[in-house]
Formats: sequence, C-alpha cells, structure tokens
Amino acid sequence: MLTKKQLFTRGMLDISPHMLSVIPFGIICGAIGVELGFHPYLVYAMSFIIFGGASQIVFLQLLSGGASSLVAVASVGIINSRHLLYGAVLSEYLEKLSFIKKLLISYIVVDQGFAESNKFFKNNRSEEFLHYHLIGTGCTMWVCWQIATLSGIVLGSFVPEELGLKFAIPLTFIAIVVQDLKKLDHVIVMITCGLSSLLFFDAPFKSYIIISPVIALFVAALLLRLKK
Amino acid sequence: MTLTAIIFAGILTYLTRMTMIALISRDMLGDKIKAVLEYVPSAVFPAIIFPGIFINDFGTFIEMNDPKIFGALVAVIVGYFSKNIIATISAGLVSYWFLIFVVFN
Repeated sequence: MLTKKQLFTRGMLDISPHMLSVIPFGIICGAIGVELGFHPYLVYAMSFIIFGGASQIVFLQLLSGGASSLVAVASVGIINSRHLLYGAVLSEYLEKLSFIKKLLISYIVVDQGFAESNKFFKNNRSEEFLHYHLIGTGCTMWVCWQIATLSGIVLGSFVPEELGLKFAIPLTFIAIVVQDLKKLDHVIVMITCGLSSLLFFDAPFKSYIIISPVIALFVAALLLRLKK
Repeated sequence: MTLTAIIFAGILTYLTRMTMIALISRDMLGDKIKAVLEYVPSAVFPAIIFPGIFINDFGTFIEMNDPKIFGALVAVIVGYFSKNIIATISAGLVSYWFLIFVVFN
C-alpha cells in the first residue's frame, strides 16, 4: 500500500516527461495572446480560468478574427467536451471520494494527466488513495502551465518560431498511445479517429475533436461485438 | 467584455471536467459502456495527433514529403521500442529538425 505522498510523487514523476512539450507550447500560447493584441492580464486569466491548452489559442484567434463571443465560448466548450469522456473513465476510480473532493479534483483533469493516471489506475486498482496520483499529475501540469504561459506573456515568443515546437504536441500524444499499437483493435480505433479528424477538420466550432472520438468509440463497440 | 466571455468559457470547460466525475455515478453506466470506455485514449488522442501532423497552420493539408511525417514516424518507432516519453518526443523533434535545417536547407 502506497502512502498519499508516494502516490502524489509518482503522479508528478509520471507526467513530468510531458513537460518537454507542454512548457514550449505554454510559452507559445502566452506569446500568441499578447501578439494578437489582448491585454496581458486577460491572456493570463485564461490559463487560470479555462486552463485548457489549445482551446485558449482558438478562443483568442476567433475573437481577434472578428467572431462573436458566443462563437468563441461555444468553440471552447466543444473543444473541451472530450473531458466528458475522461471523466466517464476516471469516475470508476474516484467513486469513493466525497462530492466536494470530486468538485475540486475535476478542475485539474487534463489530457496528459488523464492518460498517465488512467494507466497507473489500471495497474494499481487496489490502492486506497489512488486519487493522489491524479492530484500529482494535475498539479504538476497546472503549475507548469501557469509558469509557461506567464513567461510567454511577459517575455514574448522567446522560443524561436523556426524550431516548430508546436510539433511537440502531437509527439507527446504519440508517446501516450504508441504502446497500444500492439493491439489490433486499438489500432483500428486509432486509425478511425485519426482519419475522421482529418475528414471533419473543417466542421464548425472545431467539432472534429469530439466527432472523431464518438465515431471511433462506435467502431470500438462494433469490434467488441465481433470479438464475442 | 472579453473577461465575461473567458469566464463563461471557463465555466463551460469546468462543467465538461466535472459532470461525469461528480454528477454521474458509475452504476449508471452499464457493463457494455464500461467496456467501450476502455478505448477512450485510443479514440481521443489521434484527433490531436493527426491534425497536428497532417494539417498546417493555415488549415490545409501538408505535402506528402513534409518533414513532420518523417518526424512522427521516427517518434512512433522510437516510442514503440523505448517505451520512454522523453526519447519519443526528442527523437521526433530531432529528426524533424534534421530535415528542415540540414537536409532541406
């Protein structure tokens, strides 16, 4: 049985390699916001209030491009709707927590934290304080994201654009799913999602980001039927 | 004005995070749904990976000889065998930089 502190530390360690892509991306996000002409305080407020990577850039780009606030807010909601799926997966492990604790822990659920904590949860179901792993991944992500976006806002884009560091984001997610390429059913689900995302890329409100997972999960349900 | 929009976007985002964790009890989901949810990482992350590789900043498809495709392939191979996140990201970035700064320059 691991202690709360050990689980928290494990969570921190499990997510920290992803900071290699998260920190440059955060700096870029902060710098873009200021370059688009928004007040630095507003750009930073997003990291605190929305705390959602790419959705923050989309929000500012839409507003600066003349879109209405309603469109910008709706796009953020749709881009981030994938968290509903993460929550559905995590709820199994967080069931025993009090309602207040569930409300608090929800704020720090992010892509990479979900991915790493979910992997840990699957292999350590019997641990009593499992949620401390999620707190570890979420808090690490939160602190790094705040510092990274703040430095981007204050110092500007000191990360040279020629390096194309935005490319680190798909790479970080490749690192998350690459081991599942061993399983044919997962490969089929991944390809379905990937191709759908390209096919629906121009769908309104960036909705490809939730349309393609839904299609891929339908395919997963079909595969489960065939397996039986 | 913008701040109000940010606050609404924040509330909406928080609701997407909180709803399934705090408001839905696990018993409300049947066994079949639980089995499908096993596929969530494989069903969600490619929607971030594929456009990140194949679509450029202007929203159009890249050429088939784009260095990002090579970088992503190297990352997949290195990631598959090393099982190491830092190695995966670095291998992808370094091979991408090698192409854009050394080969295509």
